[in-house]
Amino acid sequence: MEKIYSHPKSLRNLSTHYCPGCGHGIAHRLIAEVVDELGIREKVIAIAPVGCAVIAYDYWDFDCSEAAHGRALAVATAIKRVRQDNIVFTYQGDGDLAAIGTNETIHAANRGENVCVFFINNAVYGMTGGQMAPTTLLNQKTSTTIKGRDAGLHGYPLKISEMLALLPGVKYIERTSLHSPPEIIKTKKAINKAFLNQIEGVGFSLVEILSPCPTYWGMAPKASLDWIRDTMSKEFPLGRIK
Amino acid sequence: MTERIIIAGSGGQGIMLWGKILAQAAMIEGKFVTWLPAYGAEVRGGTAHCMIVISDEEIGSPYIDKTDTLIIMNQPSLARFKSRLKDNGLLIINSSIVEAGAKAKAKRYPFTDIAVELGNVRVANMVALGSYLAKRKTVSLKNILGVMKMMAPAGRDDILKINQKALDTGVKLRNG
Amino acid sequence: MKKVLISGNEAIAEGAIQAGCTFYAGYPITPQNELIAYMSSHLQDKGGVFIQAESEIAAINMVYGASAAGVRAMTSSSSPGISLKQEGISYIAGAELPAVIVNIMRAGPGLGNIWPAQSDYFQATRGGGNGDYHCIVLAPASVQESFDFMRVAFDLADKYRNPAMILGDGMLGQMMEPVKISNTRNKISKIKKSWALTGCKGRKPNIIKSFYMREGDLERFNLTLQKKYNQIQEKEQRFEGLFLDDAEVILVAYGSMARIAKSAVKFLRSKGKKSGLIRPITLWPFPKDIFKRLAISHKPLAFLVIEMSYGQMVEDVRLVLEGKARVEFLGRSGGGIPTEDEIIKKVMRL
Repeated sequence: MEKIYSHPKSLRNLSTHYCPGCGHGIAHRLIAEVVDELGIREKVIAIAPVGCAVIAYDYWDFDCSEAAHGRALAVATAIKRVRQDNIVFTYQGDGDLAAIGTNETIHAANRGENVCVFFINNAVYGMTGGQMAPTTLLNQKTSTTIKGRDAGLHGYPLKISEMLALLPGVKYIERTSLHSPPEIIKTKKAINKAFLNQIEGVGFSLVEILSPCPTYWGMAPKASLDWIRDTMSKEFPLGRIK
Repeated sequence: MTERIIIAGSGGQGIMLWGKILAQAAMIEGKFVTWLPAYGAEVRGGTAHCMIVISDEEIGSPYIDKTDTLIIMNQPSLARFKSRLKDNGLLIINSSIVEAGAKAKAKRYPFTDIAVELGNVRVANMVALGSYLAKRKTVSLKNILGVMKMMAPAGRDDILKINQKALDTGVKLRNG
Repeated sequence: MKKVLISGNEAIAEGAIQAGCTFYAGYPITPQNELIAYMSSHLQDKGGVFIQAESEIAAINMVYGASAAGVRAMTSSSSPGISLKQEGISYIAGAELPAVIVNIMRAGPGLGNIWPAQSDYFQATRGGGNGDYHCIVLAPASVQESFDFMRVAFDLADKYRNPAMILGDGMLGQMMEPVKISNTRNKISKIKKSWALTGCKGRKPNIIKSFYMREGDLERFNLTLQKKYNQIQEKEQRFEGLFLDDAEVILVAYGSMARIAKSAVKFLRSKGKKSGLIRPITLWPFPKDIFKRLAISHKPLAFLVIEMSYGQMVEDVRLVLEGKARVEFLGRSGGGIPTEDEIIKKVMRL
């Protein structure tokens, strides 16, 4: 019998530490599947973030580096510049990419570094206990916005992908989601496109992935998927941005 | 033998270059030498200066508290640096733009006027270098000329020539 | 070998290139701008990578990345910029990556000014960032040493998989002196970096990290670091000694300050005053052994520590002597430099 589906080679056969209903496991797997399908496992160098996915390198089975919080794109810039034949990507959360690392993000994008960025937007800080993220929605309750995010006090959800799309160095940005099988398939296609861009030397590519965090949204896993569909994706519309 | 020199003037007078040419020649002669510029925002301010130490032995501080020679190319530099000169030190003043009022022993020459007569105000520094070398003989004229040739922009013999002429004119100056 | 007249900043840059550095990232700050300018043209000409980063923080993290990818990488800055780099330096130490960081010190605290100082000694020798770690710290005292020590710094960094710092100051960076430039790029020691990120072809994946969450792991890792640091302390102490055999007063100074102290010692000797000099070349590891030897073998009257700070290295001298000898201090900072005359007067009063 023909084997048509199996565990990706680029993903170690381990149970993850992520909470039930978390999106990280799906995102890790999608990246691993694409890496396998493109046959680039032996060329990949990944930069893991600080955040819940800090030990992503325990799950992926290819070369990985940790980076200080927010600095993944500075690290990725250097690795790609000195190893142009390798395939370099960062995997970063919203706090990492759009708060503490905003400077590194904008300038790597503006330099048009030929790397891929997989940006996991779950509108909250997970690892530190559910604080407000730059992408937290208005009225969303977090441990540092217990009455809900108030624009007058905390500012607005930061649409960093739309901001980055203004930069001439940026070649591809798409926002996708993990809330349903069709959206997961679209996410995988976007990841594939980002990698192909790098392989073909097109330049800076970013996929923003809306991802559920049931624990810090205070919802059941199924309800968090619905919340992405009904609420979060209204603030962060899905589709090709650039 | 150690010779400490401070040259001070304004930006555009070729103060740093003056020091570099002298320092290069000293290096060619196998001497110990240091060149220390004034750096930072000050370079664009009132005065530009550099400090050169030339010695037969290892040099301690490149920074000069008390100098053997002080060359003053503009007015503000005189007020700023005159207290740095040793009692029996050599003071050379660009009298074209610096008023009297310094020590009587000062050697005063109109470097800027001479440079204008030679056809380029910017070679006043080389006139001053010639007059200094005539007094101190810290390095040989031959080596100074060698350095000037080395540093001159390629294909611009005219620049090299007027600088050499300025140097010669400086060497031949009598006390004014 | 032909000599050239270049500044300390340029000598460091050329020394790095000759030592096989192929990656530089930096951010402009006075008084080290000639270094970044030199790198921007010369490193690229030789096929290396130069990046003017968006911040000091980005620059040090780029160095982290380049080093993780296995190449010789460096950054440079001056005091306030080096403060910003501490995050990255701690990660580099924690990930055991070789890298070279140059600090051309200026006076502080805060923005301070742009004049030379030595007031970052504590920051350089104690670690500077979070965690129990050390950089290997080398202090050149001439433009020639600025060139030569880059090779030493890169070799030590590779040998121990540890960050190495060149600690200079604005005077050393800005001054020009004749330098023998030895063309040695073909003689670069090739240390195999099997840990580097190159893609996992034909081997198990490599991971560069400093995060250890499993109980006991971080303590074990710290113990291996400490073992390495002990080994460095045993093997890598460097200093220059002058007239130590019969000295009754021993001056202790490093970098630019040591040049002035050396002049003072020579003058004092010419007046019959038995003085000597210890010039620490490695500030970490501090050259403890020579102090211990001197304190036992012949009891000098006093050690006089001279710094362009209000007393930082003097603490190391006191620690190593453990009260066995008198330790005096002379220091100025904020732009002031202790002069030869001030040193001589202080010695005569001892």
